[in-house]
Amino acid sequence: MAKIRGAIVVDIEGCKGCGVCIPACPQSVLDLAKEVNGKGYNYSYMKNPEACIGCANCAIVCPDGVISVYKVKVA
Amino acid sequence: MAEITIKDIIKEENLVYKKSKVLTNNTMSYCPGCGHGTAHRLIAEVIEEMDIQSQTVGVCPVGCSVLMYNFLDLDMQQAAHGRAPALATAIKRLMPEKFVFTYQGDGDLAAIGTAETIHACNRGENITIIFVNNGIYGMTGGQMAPTTLKGMPASTCPYGRDIEMMGNPLKMTELVAQLAGTYYVTRQSVHSPVNVRRAKKAIRQAFENQKLKRGVSFVEIVSNCNSGWKLPPVKANEWMVENMFPFYPLGDIKVEGQLVTK
Amino acid sequence: MEKELRLMKGNEAVAEAAIRSGADAYFGYPITPQSEVIEYLMAQEPHKRTGMVVLQAESEVAAINMIYGAAACGKMAMTSSSSPGISLKQEGISYIAGAELPCLIMNCVRGGPGLGTIQPAQSDYFQSTKGGGHGDYRLVVLAPASVQEMYDFVEIGFDLSFKYRNPVMILADGIIGQMMEKVEIGPQKERRTMEQLIKQCPWATVGKPATRERNIITSLDLVASRQEAFNLKLVKKYEEIKEKEVRFELINCDDAEYIIVAYGSSARLSMKAMDLLRAKGIKTGIVRPITLFPFPSKVLFDLADRVKGFLTVEMSTGQMVEDVRLAVQFKKPVEHYGRVGGVIPSPEEIVNALEQKIIGG
Repeated sequence: MAKIRGAIVVDIEGCKGCGVCIPACPQSVLDLAKEVNGKGYNYSYMKNPEACIGCANCAIVCPDGVISVYKVKVA
Repeated sequence: MAEITIKDIIKEENLVYKKSKVLTNNTMSYCPGCGHGTAHRLIAEVIEEMDIQSQTVGVCPVGCSVLMYNFLDLDMQQAAHGRAPALATAIKRLMPEKFVFTYQGDGDLAAIGTAETIHACNRGENITIIFVNNGIYGMTGGQMAPTTLKGMPASTCPYGRDIEMMGNPLKMTELVAQLAGTYYVTRQSVHSPVNVRRAKKAIRQAFENQKLKRGVSFVEIVSNCNSGWKLPPVKANEWMVENMFPFYPLGDIKVEGQLVTK
Repeated sequence: MEKELRLMKGNEAVAEAAIRSGADAYFGYPITPQSEVIEYLMAQEPHKRTGMVVLQAESEVAAINMIYGAAACGKMAMTSSSSPGISLKQEGISYIAGAELPCLIMNCVRGGPGLGTIQPAQSDYFQSTKGGGHGDYRLVVLAPASVQEMYDFVEIGFDLSFKYRNPVMILADGIIGQMMEKVEIGPQKERRTMEQLIKQCPWATVGKPATRERNIITSLDLVASRQEAFNLKLVKKYEEIKEKEVRFELINCDDAEYIIVAYGSSARLSMKAMDLLRAKGIKTGIVRPITLFPFPSKVLFDLADRVKGFLTVEMSTGQMVEDVRLAVQFKKPVEHYGRVGGVIPSPEEIVNALEQKIIGG
């Protein structure tokens, strides 16, 4: 059975660490980093990247458009 | 087969979502988690998908989104407080083939610009009005808006909105739906994936409708104001679901010129 | 080509001139004594004649903001009103000046303050020439003294507004707006095509093609140093306007010992007064400012060296007189005579005022 694997890239410096992407993720992939970006925000990152299915829910609720989403079918 | 790595996934050919080209590279000036950013994104995505960037003129309001022209790569005009529908009226009448939209907050559209809003809607201007309602004046520091809920605190009603003293919250969207000049009136939100998808569909419809020349398409987006509400972003969204949605219920109010009966 | 002559009201002449000058739009709201402008336009159906858009707005506030929207698209747009309505438009006029947009505004002045009267007055001089709304800005102000000038100043006003990207006001009054005179009508000019508009106004918000950066029309700059630089840029523009665009008429000034300074209807009334004074042997001339901003200060300054005094005649309690005093710089006496509240001064009153305030004074 084909499996879907996804991944996101967060524009770290553009992220404001609002965290609305976190509850939007059905796979509990995301969290805010302990580190901060140049503006002092704890930016969003894939804490649990293996679980990402590339559904883009995080990206479409992101107010700042800082998330790009990639998806592949794995045979 | 070897296990696929993150690096293998993050390749141009696997891209399924990225920021719209109709957004500029400027960081939006909104507070973290503010729905304005999401609403801007959806407008940009709709314009990109319809391929109408070169045919679109937008009008920004006064309020938090006064600098919207810094974030959308569009020809834009900045209007005096509340007057955006008057500007849009002129733009559309002089260039009927263009796509013209206003983007207005609750103070702009439902207080100081009430007359311009009602009359543009009543004349049936073939424009799209995006109305962002967060029940508070964000930019000036959290003062009471015409849409502030009963009992909801704001800096000019610190003990909560007292209806006897301050009057009732105004349901502008239901009001304009009653006017013969509105063709499509809907209320959406942008706090969750499913709501964002619905809101985008509504905005797309509101822009597509301009081709029909049947009147105003009016999209209210019930949104948050984390700073004004003094809540962290995710909590603010939860507060919005619990408190704003019962008074400002989501869904279509008027479709193809007909009031939706529930 | 044979001249086309018509008997028209001043308000009608403005309206016809707007159509003939190739204007793209008129937005207005009825108010006495200038409602004939929009009535004439609606009756003429300019959308059929030239494609010009005419719309009765819900208020003067909406009308001036429709002008902003149109002007920001590079369109030739005009509005008109009378004093209380012009007060309502001030917000929009300030934004138009701040966004450096071209447009034409006609004020058919009536007496104030407040609702005042529907009778003619010239009491909006300060409001028109010193800014009017908030912030540091100026309008170019043209003062017609005849129905012909009401007609002619529309095209001149549009030209100036586009040349300087600045709002232009035609400051008329209830007399000029309502009276009928013979007018020579010019030929119909074609409205600009979109290509011509974009060439003339590369800043216009008409939709962003891939070939250029986006156009933004705004009056906002939150960075103090940039806003200051913008304010100083406006000053430079106004200085250029002062240098190049002063218009005035000198009537019998060559041998004059006394000068009446009057604009618009007051200048017409002063013509008769001048004749009466000259019949008495009092050598009187008239300086008629045609532009009130820029004000013809230099000609008054120079005249002050060889005349005995100045009388300003205005249908106000004394507004332009302040600019005349500034121009004359105390070299010679400057006095004011005016009737207000809709009362029109008679030539005899003007004669008496000159004799008593200047000659006898």
